[in-house]
Order: sequence, then C-alpha cells, then structure tokens
Amino acid sequence: MDKQINKTKIAVNQLSFFYGEKQALHEISIDIPEREVFALIGPSGCGKSTFLRTLNRLNDLIHKTKVIGTIEIDGQDIYNSDIDVVQLRTAVGMVFQKPNPFPSSIFDNVAYGPRAHGIKDKKELNKIVEKSLRQAALWDEVKDRLNEPGTSLSGGQQQRLCIARVMAVEPGIILMDEPTSALDPLATTKIEDLINELRKNYTIVIVTHNMEQAARVSDKTAFFLDGEVVEVGPTDELFTNPEKQETEDYITGKFG
Amino acid sequence: MSKVKRNQWIAFGLLSLATAFTIVILLAILFYVMSQGLEMISWEFLTENPRNMGAEGGIYPAILGTIYLVGMTLLIATPIGVGTAIYLNEYTREGPFKRTIRFTTEALAGIPSIVFGLFGFVFFVILLEPYTGGWSILSGSLTGVIMILPVIIRASEEALRNVPNALREGSLALGTTRWYTIKKTVLPVAFPGILSSIILSIGRVVGETAAFLLTLGGSLLLPRTIFDGSRTLSLHLYMVAMETGNMDMALGTGAVLIILVLIINFTAGFLFKRLVKRFS
Ligand SMILES: Nc1ncnc2c1ncn2[C@@H]1O[C@H](COP(=O)(O)OP(=O)(O)O)[C@@H](O)[C@H]1O
Ligand SMILES: [Mg+2]
Repeated sequence: MDKQINKTKIAVNQLSFFYGEKQALHEISIDIPEREVFALIGPSGCGKSTFLRTLNRLNDLIHKTKVIGTIEIDGQDIYNSDIDVVQLRTAVGMVFQKPNPFPSSIFDNVAYGPRAHGIKDKKELNKIVEKSLRQAALWDEVKDRLNEPGTSLSGGQQQRLCIARVMAVEPGIILMDEPTSALDPLATTKIEDLINELRKNYTIVIVTHNMEQAARVSDKTAFFLDGEVVEVGPTDELFTNPEKQETEDYITGKFG
Repeated sequence: MSKVKRNQWIAFGLLSLATAFTIVILLAILFYVMSQGLEMISWEFLTENPRNMGAEGGIYPAILGTIYLVGMTLLIATPIGVGTAIYLNEYTREGPFKRTIRFTTEALAGIPSIVFGLFGFVFFVILLEPYTGGWSILSGSLTGVIMILPVIIRASEEALRNVPNALREGSLALGTTRWYTIKKTVLPVAFPGILSSIILSIGRVVGETAAFLLTLGGSLLLPRTIFDGSRTLSLHLYMVAMETGNMDMALGTGAVLIILVLIINFTAGFLFKRLVKRFS
C-alpha cells in the first residue's frame, strides 16, 4: 500500500459520551483521513458502536445521552447547534450490523433516499438506482428482479443492497458497524472486495470483530478498550508491532 | 397409577369437560339463532322498511343506520386514535406525561359502555342538541368515538412498537426526517396491526346496544343526514324483541348481525396473521 498522506476528513477531539450517568467513551481523539479505510477493533462492549454512532449523530435518538468534546467533519463541528442533522446524515452514510432493508422492492430500497431528498423523475431515479447497485456490486444479480422485495435476497445480498441504498444519497463518508458479522465467509469476501473498491472514493470507518478483516481491508486501525482508545496507527504496524501490551494481548487472542 | 398421575388425569378430564361445555353452548346459540333467523332473511327483509314497529317488514333502516354509525365513528376515531398513537410512540419519551395518557386510555377502556351512553346522552344529546340534532347519528358516533378510542390507541401503539427500530434507524441514517421515516417506513409496516385494531373496533360498535340506545334514539325512519336519529342492528334486535315480542324478526336480525360480526372477525384475523408473518 503506498503511503501518500491524505488530508483529515474527520477530526475527533477529546470526545466523551454518556448514556445517562454511564460514561461509554472517554476523551477520544482520533484523526480519520480522507479516502481511507479506518478500522475500529476491540472487545465487545468497549464502545465501538457508540463511537461510530456519534459520527452521524444517530445516538441523538437515545434518551438522555450527552456528548462532550468535538467532532469536526471537513472542518465543521457536527455537534454545533446550527448543524442540520438531516444533512449531516446524508453526508455520512451508515451500514448496520444486521442487514435492514426496508420491506419494499429492491428498487424502492435504493430509491428511498433520493426520493426523500425530492427526486421524483423516474428516469433520474432509474439512473441512480442502477449506478448505486453497480457500485455495490449487486446490479448483475438483481437487475432482472428490481421489483421483488429487498427482503427476498440472501443475507449478503441484503447487506450490499443496504450499501447501495447508502450510495444512492452520495455520502462522502460511510460508517459500517460489523457489516459482515451476520454473513457467511463467501458473502463476507464479497463485502470486503467491495470495501476495497469503495475506498477510492469514500472515507470508510468500519467496526469489526474480526482482526483478519481489519488487517485485510483497513489502512489505519484504532484499538478500543473500555471506552478509551488504547492505540491508533497504520494497520500493518499495529498488528505486527503494537506499542501497548493491551493491544498485543488483544490481537494475539489473550482476551476479547 | 401414581397419585400425581391420577391428579393429572382428573385435571385433564375437568378441563376437557369445561372446554366441551363452552363449545356446546356456543354452538347451540349459534345454531339456534341461525336456524331460526336464516329463514327470515330474504331480499325484502334486507331492503324494506319495517312496519308496525318492526314486527313486520324489513330491517333496511337499521342496516343503513349501522353502516352510517360505523363509518362516521371510524372517520372521527381513526385519525385521532392513530395520531395519538404516533405521537406517543414516535415523538414522546417515557415519562410522567406519557404515563398519564396511558393511564387515562387504560381507565377509559375499562368503563362499562352504558356509562359512555349516559355521558353521550347528557353531553351530546342534551347539552349540544343545537349542534348534534339531539338523538342522532352524530351524537351516537361521538359517543362511539370515545368508546373505541382506547382500543385504537392501544392497538396502534402496539403495532408501532412492533416496528423494528433497525428500520427507523436505517431510514434516518439516510438523511431523512422523522416524519418521512414515519410516513414511508413505520406506518406501512404497522399498517396491518392498525387496520386490525380498527376492524376490531367496528365489531365493538356493531355489537354495542346500551350506549346507542341513549344516543341514537332508535328512530325507525331512514336516516337522511347525520343529524337524524337512527338505530343499529343490535338496537333494532333489542327493541323488536322488547317492544313487539316478534321473536322471528328479532332472530332474523340476529342472524344478519352474527354474519356481519363473523365477517369482521375473520378479516381482522387474516390481517393479523399477515402482520405476524411479516415479522417472523
Ligand atoms: N442504548 C444504550 N443505553 C445504555 N448503555 C448503552 C447503550 N448502548 C450501549 N450501551 C453501553 O455502552 C457500552 C458500549 O457499548 P457499544 O458501543 O455497543 O460497544 P461495542 O460496539 O464495542 O460492542 C456498553 O457497556 C453498553 O452496555
Ligand atoms: Mg457494537
């Protein structure tokens, strides 16, 4: 992998997060570069999902949560009061752990976002749907059955449908929360290939349970433990030559 | 045979007996009303006006009255009920306010219908007479609305609660507004559940007598506007039996009523099954 230095897309500074009284994230500071794949690893319950969901403010939906510190995307503080959350979420797409296609046709799933943003023209929608499905490497498999329900697809196809759905609103950033944990190895490979394709145009932040996956797809990795970032660095270095003892213990499988 | 085993057999025997008893009684009622009532049903019976206080003639005004009353009641109760459920489930968080509303709906659901009837009589029929026309379809409907609102609110809330949160998040994460998410994802998924609650409350209105006796009045004339008095099939059945003593006419009305209720319940059951299938 060539080591050109990309400019920072997401700058997280001293971020703490609370569910009520319970602090789930402790003063996290990370810079995530543009057009790279950034992996978050760590044992279950250490705050990876919580962190990911602060980036598109999906945690806002949960009652009595509190954010301290700043997250800047393209230099803008996304927790600033003049930020339009709807616009933010358009720019920061998300793929969930369990594929969650809408109970509608494949076409309507992909057209959902564009329609919400006011695109009605059938031709334009057709174009967006085809382009997004191609980007998600799903077009060839579904082009003859766009009117079938999205839920009729296999798990791996559903997850790629969810990726296509995100592509359709043209975000710059895609957040993925263990996108392959519910999939079989073959479907997982397809998603990983896709991530490798998407890195050219998107900034991707991916949570993964699977360290080989982090090693395969990511440029940089952050190791989370109990709501703190223990270590962050280029993936190959972090895996071959970790600085901290906890990191080494985790990647060698001593816990987690 | 051990003691435990014997007790088990006795319990099983008693329970089977109780079940058999229930089924026999239900079937007997059904058989009695249908065998007596069905032969009364004819085209004339369904389409003609009653004569002689309902002792002769048809039941057309009561059929029409039932349809008007049910239609009007649903027209008012559905938007209010579903709207309240959406508000409670999608826009408010658990807290004293929500608990108060929930407590009120629960309490409302437990009140005997004659009390609603009394309220409707005092409030809609007497106090608001210039606006409701006194005993009228409007007064009856408004009373019916209060009666079925708790049913619709509770069942709609349940249907909304059953919509997986993953779908809401999936939609909101695409940069859509809360209302768009509700409109395009939450409501369509909850729709069968909401619909079956509405259909069940039709059953409640169709079967109700006491509340409408006090608010519809019981006019035998064909209702022309919502300000006219009327009667439902249940009410007609009651009044024919009590006032004319013509049991054949009452049983014919009963048969029509049973058929109507069966159709409604089967439809609700069908919709409910579809809802369950969707989430399994
Ligand atoms: N909605 C919530 N309310 C309260 N606590 C939560 C909530 N979601 C997660 N947590 C807690 O926050 C911590 C981090 O969880 P999470 O971010 O899901 O971890 P991970 O994704 O790394 O497994 C855990 O202790 C979890 O129990
Ligand atoms: Mg998680």
